Amino acid sequence: MNELTLQAFEHFVGRFGTEVDTRLREARTAEDVEAIRVEYLGRANGKLTDYQKQIPTFSGEERKLAGQQFNAVKKLIEGRLAETLTELSRVTRLSVPDVDLTMPSRSQFRGAEHPVTVVIEEIVEIFREIGFTVATGPEAETEWYNFTALNFPPDHPAMDMHDTMYLAEDVVLRTHTSPVQIRSLQAGPPPIRVVIPGNVYRLDPFDASHAPMFAQIEGLAVDEGISFVDLKATLTHFATRFFGATRTRFRPSYFPFTEPSAEMDVECRLCKGSGCPACKGTGWMEILGSGMVHPNVLDAAGVDSEKYTGWAFGMGPARIALQRYGIPDIRVLYDSEMRFLGQVAR
Amino acid sequence: MNASYEWLREFTDFDLTPEQLRDVITSRAATVEEVISLRADLRDVVVGLVVEARPHPNSDHLWVTKVDAGMGELLDVVCGAPNVQAGSKYPFAPSGSTLPGGLKLERRKIRGETSNGMLCSARELALGTEHDGILTLHTDAAPGTPFLDAFPAGDTRFVVDVLPNRPDLLSHEGLAREISAYTGNDLHMPEHPGMSAAPAFEHGTSDGSTGGVRVSIDEPSACPLYTATVIRGVRIEQSPEWLANRLISIGLRPINNVVDATNYMLHGFGQPMHAFDLDRLRGPEIHVRNARPGERITTLDGVERKLDPTMTVIADADRAQAIAGVIGGSESAVSDATSNILLEVAVFDPRSVRSTRRALGTSTDASYRFERALDAHASAELARYAAALIISLAGGRVDGAPIAVGSPGPSPHQLSLRVSRVAKILGEHVSAPECMRLLGSVGFGVNSGENEMLRVTPPRWRSDVALEVDLIEEVARLRGYDSFSDQLRPFRVGSAPDSPAYVVTRRVTRALVEAGMMEVRPIPFVADAGEHGVRVLNPLAESEALLRTSALQTLARRVEHNFAHMTRNVRLFEVGVVFSRGPDDRIPVERTVTAAVISGDRSPAHFTDPRPAQMDIWDAKWIAETIVRSAFGQSGQSGPELQPNAARDGWDVVHDGSTIGTVGPIPVDAPVWAPPVFGIEIDLTAAFGIVPEPVVYRPLPVTPAAEFDLALLVPADVVAADVARVIRTNSGEMLESLVPFDEFRGAGVGDGYRSIAWRLTFRHPERTLRDKEIEGRRARILRALNEELGVRPRTT
Ligand SMILES: [Zn+2]
Repeated sequence: MNELTLQAFEHFVGRFGTEVDTRLREARTAEDVEAIRVEYLGRANGKLTDYQKQIPTFSGEERKLAGQQFNAVKKLIEGRLAETLTELSRVTRLSVPDVDLTMPSRSQFRGAEHPVTVVIEEIVEIFREIGFTVATGPEAETEWYNFTALNFPPDHPAMDMHDTMYLAEDVVLRTHTSPVQIRSLQAGPPPIRVVIPGNVYRLDPFDASHAPMFAQIEGLAVDEGISFVDLKATLTHFATRFFGATRTRFRPSYFPFTEPSAEMDVECRLCKGSGCPACKGTGWMEILGSGMVHPNVLDAAGVDSEKYTGWAFGMGPARIALQRYGIPDIRVLYDSEMRFLGQVAR
Repeated sequence: MNASYEWLREFTDFDLTPEQLRDVITSRAATVEEVISLRADLRDVVVGLVVEARPHPNSDHLWVTKVDAGMGELLDVVCGAPNVQAGSKYPFAPSGSTLPGGLKLERRKIRGETSNGMLCSARELALGTEHDGILTLHTDAAPGTPFLDAFPAGDTRFVVDVLPNRPDLLSHEGLAREISAYTGNDLHMPEHPGMSAAPAFEHGTSDGSTGGVRVSIDEPSACPLYTATVIRGVRIEQSPEWLANRLISIGLRPINNVVDATNYMLHGFGQPMHAFDLDRLRGPEIHVRNARPGERITTLDGVERKLDPTMTVIADADRAQAIAGVIGGSESAVSDATSNILLEVAVFDPRSVRSTRRALGTSTDASYRFERALDAHASAELARYAAALIISLAGGRVDGAPIAVGSPGPSPHQLSLRVSRVAKILGEHVSAPECMRLLGSVGFGVNSGENEMLRVTPPRWRSDVALEVDLIEEVARLRGYDSFSDQLRPFRVGSAPDSPAYVVTRRVTRALVEAGMMEVRPIPFVADAGEHGVRVLNPLAESEALLRTSALQTLARRVEHNFAHMTRNVRLFEVGVVFSRGPDDRIPVERTVTAAVISGDRSPAHFTDPRPAQMDIWDAKWIAETIVRSAFGQSGQSGPELQPNAARDGWDVVHDGSTIGTVGPIPVDAPVWAPPVFGIEIDLTAAFGIVPEPVVYRPLPVTPAAEFDLALLVPADVVAADVARVIRTNSGEMLESLVPFDEFRGAGVGDGYRSIAWRLTFRHPERTLRDKEIEGRRARILRALNEELGVRPRTT
């Protein structure tokens, strides 16, 4: 072996420490460990032992440092060899017949978000990526916010779509999250890009498919130059992200607060569009309602409807949760049973 | 709205299958929710090709055939029809199928020869009465094709979801108009045998008479237009098959020729009509007036109804004979004995009809259409058509000139449509000529004005079109929503920050989920909410008439629900809203709270620990601290504190001097085996807007710690917090942690005392602490504890 600089000596010797450590991880028996010991620390031709012979080639302070480095590494290797032997003997001890390793693990209680919250959060996340923030508002609203400002004609059949719970003559439990659209429009000048999750109330008897309170999430985008193309593009993007690659369809609909109004369907995932009982043979699943914000709504909120345009959408996360988990009865979502919550916890 | 495929064809030609028609209507006008084949009873029948036919060896009138029914093998079928011929196709019902009328076919032997089904006659398929033999099919369809695909048998019903903005679609004519706009084929009045024009109308302003009947409108605001046609000498009979079939196809029951004709008009054209038995009308007179207080009427459905003066009725000289726009009375209903009728074709005010039917709690096909406003300008013409139809069905003649009282009101206004605005809303340029073509296809009158500005007059039946944006919607749907691009374009991002309520809700939710809690979203209605409760004026049930003032109240019921299902380990939380009466008793005060309940085992049972410890108030305290920390941030300096409240065996959560929450055991209606239940409820409002302080790294200590324990005898009136405070003040800066790790009462500890053992950990940031320094601190702490609190070290 050539004479080395102290730096090189320390480098090579130090490297054996990590090398042995790596090798020992693969050792399965005491024999493996012994072979590694001989390879590095063997009296004759041990890899580390060979370097001991280099120490005398240094002089003075360097010789002392080289010796220290050598001993430190040797001690480290010896320690790891001993530890490994102990570990291996412990494994052996565990294998004795009176420990039955087929017994169950020791678990912890887990927590989980409600399935409807999970769906809402997934939706919020997708819209966040494209510049939306989250807005909320009160659940008890005046009729003005809930209906009038949203262009509901008074005493019109359109009102029949909202069976309303009243708290006072002109105060209602909001029938949709759309009042928050008005509040967001009032709060600041466009650009407005918000998603609005929240609970809404309808005077519907509690049965397998109706609940008097349920979650809704809607979105609103208002700025100069926003159009029906933006509505289609953004909601198609959402459908692609949320439901995976799938076809969408937009068809005419009616909401007092949007015009043109459109319902968005995605291809039925059960039948891939060929028609099945789940989609009533149409091949499509209804996902959300949407439309261009009606100029009367912008005007009611004090936004110039000639200058600004916008679009909005709304959907029911509970329905998505029911579909996703195959739950046949919506009341399951309200029962608050540990058995159910544990079942759907992620 | 139910529509029939065949009925639509009366109005316009189209070459579309029912499925194609469904897609056309759905994509352009209104959603078709269901397509129902009305001959579902023929669904098992297929096209069968007779490959071979030879006489039956044991019969002189039967045939033994081999039939290709598309099943991959030829089937032996015995047939008794004289007209069976090799090489021809017939409807074939394989064994296992069920024929109309319920006959289930089995594989069986007929005089020694096996038969695997049946070749069918028209009568056997309920397609007519002909029974001269089996039905020969002249079709190219392959053997095995469903019979209904190859043979035009039976009608198809469409269930159309017509939304409130499109009352014009509540008729076959209206739907056919949209179909004709798609196909380009013209829209025309249906033609029926024996119809000839009825006499034209005479017009009156508020009263007049026809055929010896005086007609007056006392309430023109409720009834802008009333037409009456007197037809004498009708014969009431069953309707002919074509008419009965029309009504059956949309789910109605035929009654008699006159009533069926009025129903045909309602569903064909969207104009409700009513025929009175003229001889039952006193006077004979017709008055459109308000109901009298306490007036009663028995309606066609056999119900006696009490009326009030807000309702409009059609009355004879004496009494109400119909409720305007809603339902007719039974007294003057057309019966088998009727020979003279008065045909009412009127227009009633939408709001008036709406309020009446709401007050009566009944909705009819007629009220549904009046409420949504119909085309008043068509009413007189439709009355003429209906009179002609009735005479063609029931005979008779019109007596005198029919009369129309009132006026149909104004026609729709002309609107301006800017081509530039179309592009602005829809995002794609739609040229002026294209806008004109699209709008024109459904009856809009369009003139091109200056500067890409169109002058548009909506058709009379589109009273919903009143603004420019309404026209833009028409352009979009007629062009087809699918024709617009869905490519993302550049946009400006939103600048409003996330709602503080949402941000705090998310922080708390995540923290509680990490702590092993299950989130719930229960209904917030309760039966009792105390004096501050907010009542729903029109609740679903008295048991849920109030909004909760406490979320814990809701969760307590949810715990009981879990106990009822034998679940004893319960860990639920909710972040939700509670309501209390507002200062003006009008708008309630809403607060966002988080509530949690825990009960049962602290960890899942394991064979190494079959009876895990049960949760207690200390777990509840931890949950409360978790909520506070996640909502208000880590610092803990300015945040809420948990103050002991002996009265509830728990704590109050106090923030800025006011109580914002509670922690402790809660009462529930629990079975005997149930573990104790602990509840936490904390108002999060004060946390809104708080941004948790950033966490700052502190270098990990490199010097060793010095620990010692103090076992202290603490008098009953001294609390641990006081002991801790005294220890801290006398420990100096080097005290790193102070933990009470044991508490003991009883033997060896005097009455009125308890022993608390504390572990103190000291550390100097730069050097090892000397024993002398530790000893000095211990002595100082013990001295102060004794002087200030009477706390002494415990000597065994
Ligand atoms: Zn499907």
